Amino acid sequence: MRRILSIVIWAAISTLGALAFATLAWSRGETVSAAWLLIAAVCTYAVGYRFYSKFIVTRVFALDATRATPAERLENGRDFVPTGKWVLFGHHFAAIAGAGPLVGPVLAAQFGFLPGTLWLVIGVVLGGAVQDLTILCCSLRRDGKSLGQMAKEEISPAAGMTAMLAVLFIMIILIAVLALIVVNALKASPWGFFTIACTIPIALLMGWWMRTWRPGHVGEASLAGGVLLLLALVGGGWVSRHAGPAAAFTFTGTALTALIVAYGFFASVLPVWMLLLPRDYLSTFLKIATILGLAVAILILLPPLRMPAMTPFAKLGEGPVFAGKFFPFVFITIACGAISGFHALVSSGTTPKMLRREPDARMIGYGGMLMESFVGVMAIIAACTLHPGVYFAMNTTPAALQQAAPVLQRAGFVIPPDSMAALAAEVGEKTLVGRAGGAPALAVGMTQIFSGVTHALGGQTLAALWYHFAIMFEALFILTTIDAGTRVGRFMLQELLGHVWPRMGRTSWYPSVILSSLVIVCGWGYFLYQGILDPLGGINSLWPLFGIANQMLAIVALAVATTIIIKMNRARFAWVTLAPLVWLVAVTMTAGFEKMFSSDPKLGFISHAASLAGSADPNAARLIFNDHVNLVATFVFTAVVLLLLAISLKEWILVLSRRKPAAVSEVPYVATSYAAGD
Amino acid sequence: MPRAIERILWVLRRIVGAPDYQAYLDHCRRAGHPPHLDEKAYVREYFDQKGARTRCC
Repeated sequence: MRRILSIVIWAAISTLGALAFATLAWSRGETVSAAWLLIAAVCTYAVGYRFYSKFIVTRVFALDATRATPAERLENGRDFVPTGKWVLFGHHFAAIAGAGPLVGPVLAAQFGFLPGTLWLVIGVVLGGAVQDLTILCCSLRRDGKSLGQMAKEEISPAAGMTAMLAVLFIMIILIAVLALIVVNALKASPWGFFTIACTIPIALLMGWWMRTWRPGHVGEASLAGGVLLLLALVGGGWVSRHAGPAAAFTFTGTALTALIVAYGFFASVLPVWMLLLPRDYLSTFLKIATILGLAVAILILLPPLRMPAMTPFAKLGEGPVFAGKFFPFVFITIACGAISGFHALVSSGTTPKMLRREPDARMIGYGGMLMESFVGVMAIIAACTLHPGVYFAMNTTPAALQQAAPVLQRAGFVIPPDSMAALAAEVGEKTLVGRAGGAPALAVGMTQIFSGVTHALGGQTLAALWYHFAIMFEALFILTTIDAGTRVGRFMLQELLGHVWPRMGRTSWYPSVILSSLVIVCGWGYFLYQGILDPLGGINSLWPLFGIANQMLAIVALAVATTIIIKMNRARFAWVTLAPLVWLVAVTMTAGFEKMFSSDPKLGFISHAASLAGSADPNAARLIFNDHVNLVATFVFTAVVLLLLAISLKEWILVLSRRKPAAVSEVPYVATSYAAGD
Repeated sequence: MPRAIERILWVLRRIVGAPDYQAYLDHCRRAGHPPHLDEKAYVREYFDQKGARTRCC
């Protein structure tokens, strides 16, 4: 009886999901409610979780509730701590969710809401969640070893080194592009800058509070920090309305670049408790609260989507937000919401050291990533509730908008300049035109949703406050990724240098700390600076570069997981990781090839440099140099990944043809001491 | 403080990865040795030894 009921329920969920997809796909011209997007996503997640993730944990990895986890065996009350699955779910989600799933989908909305949503939903169920879960399972059986260590032990030392280099390169591009988003959101915005600048003294106060003044009282320190943060938000409004203070907090993109590079350097050099951890706590609380709030607000309003299902740019490939056609660029642009190689670092970092029971990995690895994809779907909804004219005016520089004007005119995606000015005044900004990077457009979308709710509740719309709240929310955790990333990059560089000169590898030796921090901040600072100078806005060329790099890191992770599955004598299930791997190779190699060699100057680095040769533009020489740097970076990524794939493939062939024994370095079975069901 | 609120605060502290002296005491009890650190020393050691947690994009 229960079995029949279960079949009926799952058939109903599948049908409902299919119906929602059909409604989205067949919409032509009329506006669609966001409800259909949510239904399609949630039904697909439910089916994927119930059936596919169960298949992976029971058949592929055979997770075992009676087997003691590293957290139980190596418990030390510090990093190895057995943690209940709901708490760990929150902890893991807070570590993987950042700006990527918010910004990527907003940029991909250039193609309309359908391509991005399809990839977010299908990509996560078959790719992203699979990667996070399989890497978590692999690391769980190896005492929480990192991706690099697993590549080294299961494939070869060369593979380990390759993986580590790939991570370091990607980190640098990632930080640069995230910093560019913050700079674009804060330039010429005294309100935004004041609020974000205040987070630094607030963090210093919190750090002193919870380490020295009242040790361990993180809760009250965070509460005080939260109250001060809201005061800073309101104070920013006062600053922006008074000419003197407003001028003092108004900065150009170049000045902000210098400030953010200096910030990254100090955050990397200072002890973590001073600046980095308190900001991290604050941004985690704010992130979780805002994402929940956004979900509730979208469910209450179910806003109509004003962007069509597909825009002309999907086929033309002449989009002003970023160049390139639907294939491969929607898959590159969405990045983190569907599959993110970066998550492999978290899944092989703190999380596997905290799992209390092996089967909990399913909810945390697979479920956590489904949740991230859901955040991406909400970002698409927020962006697509904007008038397409507003969306394109915000996300492109005037130069790029000019180039795309004919197509935008024909599609009706144009909005009169005075409407844009009125919108800017409403949210307390001087201008919203040309604020590329996705964050401001998302903030306007969130403002419309949140102020719709405050308005419906009988209050004022508070648009300016909501807009700057949304900007603060995004900038705060982007900065958290920047400072944590710089520090992690610094550790990796020190480890690499330590192979050459052991003293450099000591993470507390100050000359080495300062030197390696400088190298890392100069690395991302360079890409950031080139993005600021780019007349097309920087995001245009840097975001695809980041997307390619991030997806390539996913290839590395999936290659490691495939190797382990083959060596576990379960080669018949290797398609689980091999299928997303092959797809990502196709996507990233096509995108990388087009970025390097396309004859369209908007897309290809070589042809862009050639188009500038002999031009009268005073910046031409610098732009040509930047094109060459981007070209080399793309080439290096591609070469590194192809090398790792070749090494892995050789290993697979050796094992499958039985010329090499199928032996994995799993930690032997130890029975758990926890009672069943405990 | 009511138990439910205390519990919610505990969950939030664990989610952000804040130091948790009770977890250390539980660990010492399970491992069968007396705690070497008082709360103040534990918190200080926790903050001083903590590296940066990988934050995703």
